[in-house]
Amino acid sequence: MAQMTMIQAITDALRTELKNDENVLVYGEDVGKNGGVFRATEGLQDEFGEDRVFDTPLAESGIGGISIGLALQGFRPVPEIQFFGFVYEAMDAINGQMARMRYRSGGTKAQPITIRSPFGGGVHTPELHADSLEGLIAQQPGMKVVIPSSPYDAKGLLISSIRDNDPVVFLEHMKLYRSFREEVPEEEYTIDLGKAEVKREGADVTLVAYGAMVHSSLKAAEELEKNGVSAEVIDLRTVMPIDMDTILESVKKTNRVVVVQEAQRQAGVAAHIIAEIQERAILHLEAPVLRVTAPDTVYAFSQAEEVWLPNYNDIIERVNQVVNF
Amino acid sequence: MTENRHEKLGLSDEQVLDMYRTMLLARRIDERMWLLNRAGKIPFVISCQGQEAAQVGAAFALDRNKDYALPYYRDMGVVLAFGMTAKELMLSGFAKAEDPNSGGRQMPGHFGQKKNRIVTGSSPVTTQVPHAVGIALAGKMEEKDFVSLVTFGEGSSNQGDFHEGANFAGVHKLPVIFMVENNKYAISVPVSKQLACEKVSDRAQGYGMPGITVDGNDPLAVYEAVKQAADRGRQGEGPSLIEAVSYRLTAHSSDDDDRTYREKEEVEAARQEDSIHTFSAYLRELGILTEEKEQEMQDEIMKLVNEATDYAENAAYAEPETIFNYVYAE
Repeated sequence: MAQMTMIQAITDALRTELKNDENVLVYGEDVGKNGGVFRATEGLQDEFGEDRVFDTPLAESGIGGISIGLALQGFRPVPEIQFFGFVYEAMDAINGQMARMRYRSGGTKAQPITIRSPFGGGVHTPELHADSLEGLIAQQPGMKVVIPSSPYDAKGLLISSIRDNDPVVFLEHMKLYRSFREEVPEEEYTIDLGKAEVKREGADVTLVAYGAMVHSSLKAAEELEKNGVSAEVIDLRTVMPIDMDTILESVKKTNRVVVVQEAQRQAGVAAHIIAEIQERAILHLEAPVLRVTAPDTVYAFSQAEEVWLPNYNDIIERVNQVVNF
Repeated sequence: MTENRHEKLGLSDEQVLDMYRTMLLARRIDERMWLLNRAGKIPFVISCQGQEAAQVGAAFALDRNKDYALPYYRDMGVVLAFGMTAKELMLSGFAKAEDPNSGGRQMPGHFGQKKNRIVTGSSPVTTQVPHAVGIALAGKMEEKDFVSLVTFGEGSSNQGDFHEGANFAGVHKLPVIFMVENNKYAISVPVSKQLACEKVSDRAQGYGMPGITVDGNDPLAVYEAVKQAADRGRQGEGPSLIEAVSYRLTAHSSDDDDRTYREKEEVEAARQEDSIHTFSAYLRELGILTEEKEQEMQDEIMKLVNEATDYAENAAYAEPETIFNYVYAE
């Protein structure tokens, strides 16, 4: 076992799959010689050669479209979109094309593509470098969206994503890249897509979160414990598909829920989760399901970022509302 | 005395007759689709008429047992030459479950058939261009010697995907043949309002590949250009851009009325150059095609089209329950 940051775990997962499967290709802007702007692909070109790890021209739509062609020929492309806010340039290739290839071809063609991309706020990058756009992809049938919250999960989920036969957008929260290390096995392992993890058991309220908000939720849960409120924290790990079974099981136990997302109130996946809960478990609820989100504005400028982003105090406030309802 | 041009290109009399037959089949299927549309039997037609020579000439220049075709919505001639049948095209027109293109899930003209290496595109134009580049990159990495032919209209040469795909193919010297079927209109917008350069082929220079413009009404001229491009591609010399100029003889689609943006005289003048007539004349002048032979061919094609129509009309639609199929891997 080694202590790894999330970025190291991601590089390790890429290395593992480049070794395991000669059809895996890693490419994007600056991923080759430079090793990626966040160093996620560092050393991979030297190790696997310029045919399998390469730089592309600065052209996201082209990266998306070329991935579709490679996947049709049996490769498993793992392209990088340098910042997920740049995905708009490739949106047609993703939601309009790769998501629909299986359906359009009557099941004869697959798109085993994993698009990796950094996203998320709190590192003083401006809008389009920090936006949480997972909702845009999660709304498209045919796509899967994976968001790890830890180095261990990042490795297992990325390996599973690359081996998956459907297109996956794998979002890496920038704030988590180097914020902590944990034990990550050096050997390969997978974590099932579409399965959430209960990060902390509790009895009074369920916090549903993903990405960096898992950590804010855990911190809130610790604080709440001091005041005698026992919070269960669920890390979704995959936001499309969503593991509703795990959420509903928890709801039936705690009868109170707060959904936490970094995305704006009108974006992300919280609204969808809340709708599912009220449709499927309303008689188990003792209070309305609330959410913690960023406000409905364009991503904040640096000076306002810490106020704009949801934090553990916002979560505590919401939890107190549902507990005292 | 008409000069025998096809022999010089290494084409036999049989092969040029086959080319003509494929062009004619495309035309007759297309004409039938318009009738069916006007009779309220099929919802939509988007036509190949006027572009059959370029489509068939290009396809015949390839190795149709290993090369890839990434057609656009007018390319009935390409897909027929690559092995799709009249019946399959008609199933697509009627959007029936058996349609090999997409089982009725996409509009007609979104051609795709795995067994014949025809790759489906998307409705926003030009998406097929980077797909063709990706397929060629795969072939290069796996040291296979196929080329990918990607076709699109001159309007598509303004899309980012054309430029991104062409640049990538140029940088990596990939075996892609970019063929523009310049039919002079992007729906209603004439070439003069579409292009800042004189010819679409001028754009090749920026991507480090040769670009040529040929007569798209002459299947032999297109054949020759595509053959050279395919040879270049297979020899590792990289991509080529070919512009085949012809004319769109019908409205953009069955939902378009072209009388609002072009003169009848212009369309009539273009009909004089219709490749179905000019290529037929060429074959007759050389004595390869006789009136009797042509009649036989027409009869055989009409029989095919009639059978295809009947079959497709009577075929089943996809069951509504199948909407859940093929969204994710089972």
